[in-house]
Amino acid sequence: MTTPASTIDLLRMESCTIQFGGLTAVSDLSFGIGENDLVGLIGPNGAGKTTVFNLITGVYTPTSGSITFQGKSLKGKKPYEITASGVARTFQNIRLFQSLSVFDNVRAAFHLHLRQSICDTILRSRKFHKEEDEIENRVMELLEIFNLGRFRDAYARYLPYGDQRRLEIVRALATQPRLLLLDEPAAGMNPTEKIELMRLIQFIEEKFKISILLVEHDMQVVMGICRKIVVLDYGIKIAEGPPSEIRKNSKVIEAYLGDTAKTDGTP
Amino acid sequence: MSTRPKLLLLAAIIASFVISLFSSHINPYYLDVLVGIGINIVLAASLNLINGYTGQFSLGHAGFMAVGGYSAAMFSIHCSGKILPALGGGLFASQALFVVALIAGGLVTALVGLIVGAPSLRLRGDYLAIVTLGFGEIIRVILQNTEAVGASRGLTGIPLYTNFFWTFSIAALAIYVITSMVHSTHGRGFLAVRDDEIAAEAVGINTTRYKVTAFVIGAFFAGVAGGLYAHFKQYLNPDGFGFMASIEIVVMVILGGMGNMAGVTAAAILLTLLPEFLRVLSGWHIPLPFTDASISLKWIAGTRMILYSLLLILIMLLRPQGLFTWKIKKKSPSGK
Repeated sequence: MTTPASTIDLLRMESCTIQFGGLTAVSDLSFGIGENDLVGLIGPNGAGKTTVFNLITGVYTPTSGSITFQGKSLKGKKPYEITASGVARTFQNIRLFQSLSVFDNVRAAFHLHLRQSICDTILRSRKFHKEEDEIENRVMELLEIFNLGRFRDAYARYLPYGDQRRLEIVRALATQPRLLLLDEPAAGMNPTEKIELMRLIQFIEEKFKISILLVEHDMQVVMGICRKIVVLDYGIKIAEGPPSEIRKNSKVIEAYLGDTAKTDGTP
Repeated sequence: MSTRPKLLLLAAIIASFVISLFSSHINPYYLDVLVGIGINIVLAASLNLINGYTGQFSLGHAGFMAVGGYSAAMFSIHCSGKILPALGGGLFASQALFVVALIAGGLVTALVGLIVGAPSLRLRGDYLAIVTLGFGEIIRVILQNTEAVGASRGLTGIPLYTNFFWTFSIAALAIYVITSMVHSTHGRGFLAVRDDEIAAEAVGINTTRYKVTAFVIGAFFAGVAGGLYAHFKQYLNPDGFGFMASIEIVVMVILGGMGNMAGVTAAAILLTLLPEFLRVLSGWHIPLPFTDASISLKWIAGTRMILYSLLLILIMLLRPQGLFTWKIKKKSPSGK
């Protein structure tokens, strides 16, 4: 399962390195995500997980190495272009459109697939009305799936924390991605909410038939649902494999718990 | 719901046409104030797209107005010499030329907006404000030193074309275009850019393009407003398009509530009327009871601008969210 470079990967990072001045945040990282895959990216705080996200989504450009998505290089592409090509993300610290309603947050993400021109919009042509109705239905459909339909008119900033997290996922799904990147979706959740979240992520994968890359430092969440796990420590990949292997991997245990804690069985 | 915005626009244009038929019966002073209101509505509505909806703090709107005003005026002056007589010089011909002049002024301004906006819209908040402020001043200084447009003496000899009909039709059109653009899936992009640029990019919104679009369309209407102004006052002076003029438009947008078109329109009306009202007030005498004496409000004349500023401070302290923004649930969140 330690994947060699393969052509069937949906996303492939090949020996990516990024340096900020003298600091190497991610070093020579290679891994792949297949179709309908659920991959976890874990590591202690400051291991470079979010940096990997920012590399994939075009916020940063790798100092060296390449990233390909569906066989095409993502090099030099802007974040919105990468989203348009089928990679959607959520943020560690939730970034919703605060002053927009729940409905509009999701609607904004449908913008990518608009067929009408700005003239259609201004002139309110028949095409405009047809498409807006269509979008309204699809937004509501998505919101209903995630049980957010009842909040349709509420401002996003007034939603409870957990619902804000879910709304952000809905918004990402509205761009119709092939690959969904979730940046610490379990942050700030209690154990019950975490279990719910795990179910939700599995549900998304099955329902939307997409691949998911999950950044998380909560081992419980990742171990429970991921098919493959990539472990980072100080920007270097220290392990890659199915959860059962990772759980026993001595390097991972060391990175997470320090050498003295080896006796404690729970990861 | 579907055809309402277009019907409203049509109704507004017809109404302004009908009122325009009676404009000769309106006291010229009132007409002057009314046209001033219309022009300010166009300016405030267009700045609302840039500042209010898209969240890009621009302080150069009077500069755009100047560009449009001078271009349209120069166009008309040239045409009135040669082309207009050739067309027969009738009312219809002159009005048609006026429309062309306004559009030309608007397009020139839109182009300037593109040239200024494309590089400077990478900047945010205060930085963009300073760049646009500088732009406005550059325009003013250029106009002041260009002999062809009258330099600091100002541009004279502009034909009088602006009337009630054009002013309010265009005000209605500006409001229609901007609101119908914003209230759509397309338009949610402007608000998304205002709320969170990083998240907007993450859902596939080309933020630079949205910002430049807002800037160009805003500049276009500011240019048209300048054209209306030029053909109304028949005289343009660079000093009228200084920093303070830009600030006044910004005040309308903030006072009305950023991104609240109805509020911004109301604020444009209110702020045009307020100085006039204070002027009227200064002529009043309040009779004191039981005596023949009365209190003269003449002092207001001298302190009119201080009172105006004080009112602005008070409004901002009491209603920082804008005078006309209430925290009510939107009727239709789909915003169609």
